[in-house]
Amino acid sequence: MREEIIVSGRMNPMVDPHLQIWHWQIPLYLFLGGLAAGILFFAALYYINGKEKDYRAAVRLAPFLTPLLLVLGLLALFIDLRHKAFFWQLYTNIKLQSPMSWGAWTLLVITPVSFVWCALHMKELFPKWDWKYDWLKTLEAFFNRYKNILAWVMLIYSVILGIYTGILLSAFNARPLWNTSILGPLFLASGLSAGAATIMIISRSKEERRLFAIIDLIIIGIELFLIVHMFMGFLASTQVQIEAARLFLGGPYTMSFWIFVVTIGMILPALLEILELRKYHVPAVVTAVLVLFGSLMLRFIIVYAGQASRWLY
Amino acid sequence: MRYAMAVDTRKCVGCSDCVVACQTENNVPIGYCRDWVVEVMDGTYPQLEIEIRSERCNHCENAPCVRCCPTGASHFAAGGIVLVKPVECIGCGACIASCPYDARYPHPKGYVDKCTFCFHRIKNGLKPACAAVCPTKCIYFGDLDDPNSEVSAVLKMRKSKTLIPEAGTMPQLYFLI
Repeated sequence: MREEIIVSGRMNPMVDPHLQIWHWQIPLYLFLGGLAAGILFFAALYYINGKEKDYRAAVRLAPFLTPLLLVLGLLALFIDLRHKAFFWQLYTNIKLQSPMSWGAWTLLVITPVSFVWCALHMKELFPKWDWKYDWLKTLEAFFNRYKNILAWVMLIYSVILGIYTGILLSAFNARPLWNTSILGPLFLASGLSAGAATIMIISRSKEERRLFAIIDLIIIGIELFLIVHMFMGFLASTQVQIEAARLFLGGPYTMSFWIFVVTIGMILPALLEILELRKYHVPAVVTAVLVLFGSLMLRFIIVYAGQASRWLY
Repeated sequence: MRYAMAVDTRKCVGCSDCVVACQTENNVPIGYCRDWVVEVMDGTYPQLEIEIRSERCNHCENAPCVRCCPTGASHFAAGGIVLVKPVECIGCGACIASCPYDARYPHPKGYVDKCTFCFHRIKNGLKPACAAVCPTKCIYFGDLDDPNSEVSAVLKMRKSKTLIPEAGTMPQLYFLI
């Protein structure tokens, strides 16, 4: 048997013996960003389709969460930065090849848009809301006039935000587990699924809950397909990607991934949704919380496992 | 101009003088390093082969760290040397995750730090600190575009390899084998 012993004199904390440069902040942000993208996507979609009155929770209520989600996500990103005083450098540069640069600029658009969208629906939450100052009323009237354009911007940017959370990771060819283009669509699907779940919690209308249960069920199906597809791709690829897949197929992340993400976060809520659609009574909160948990775990496990996967030389 | 370095794995004894010289020259914080020595023992007893390599940033021609940097702090300087501008670096860690050689580390001051090929020395016609101190003279440095530079000459004469060229990085740190 051929043996190999490697002794390295390298010892940089957070890089050796294995990379751990990104901690809880990044997966938390990826989850919050994906969730916000999912909620805003459905809000914009059903507004554009003129279903504002039918799907009140989706278009008017759920978006109230998004400014909070985005601000918390940005805060997590900021905590992650090690050279905090220079964060503004993100906004003096546009780097087309860097997904992080794309993300920074996307957030600069979608965060204010989410605030404006909420401002336009203040009366929904507080029926006696009054903007008090005339210039605020003028501003509200201005955005109300162009609400359709605003919805289109929100629709497009929410898709970019949802996909970019995956592409951010897949751009790193040094981490074979991340280096798959499936990650973009997978994270987008996961974000949309989490968004649909949140709307299910908030909605008081049976019809709306039913619609989002169906949407969520379809998206979970897509996610499961993408996950199988991802592993097929890994196993048919180079040695480093086979090793990356092994982290989940017998390696240290096997249990957590297949139990928390796939079983508890996807298959179980899908079964509950099928029961619900078959007229059994399942509390929407239970299903939705499972979906949100699975979505969060997916981000954590992919970010942590990705940093354990590397080229061997 | 295309700066490159070649390390003779047959002459290197793994003394780590290059590591200490770099830490001193570049004021590398205690507990960190920009270059390091790897020993690979390979084979089945008694047919064993040992390779000793002094490794550092590969100053890749297709550098993933430069590609993924969101602010342009990681950039190509003259001669293809990959450098980090501390005042533009936000310390996001993207370049650290993107490097297949794990050649970068977060400096305790917040920005990301790495080998510069001793840019401040080569500007003045000196060799990088690691090459200058090597007791077995196994580190060759110079301009690949100049056929008379010591690195061009030794790469012409000897067989060499780069580390994981299949990662698509086009590394410019050569190992003579």
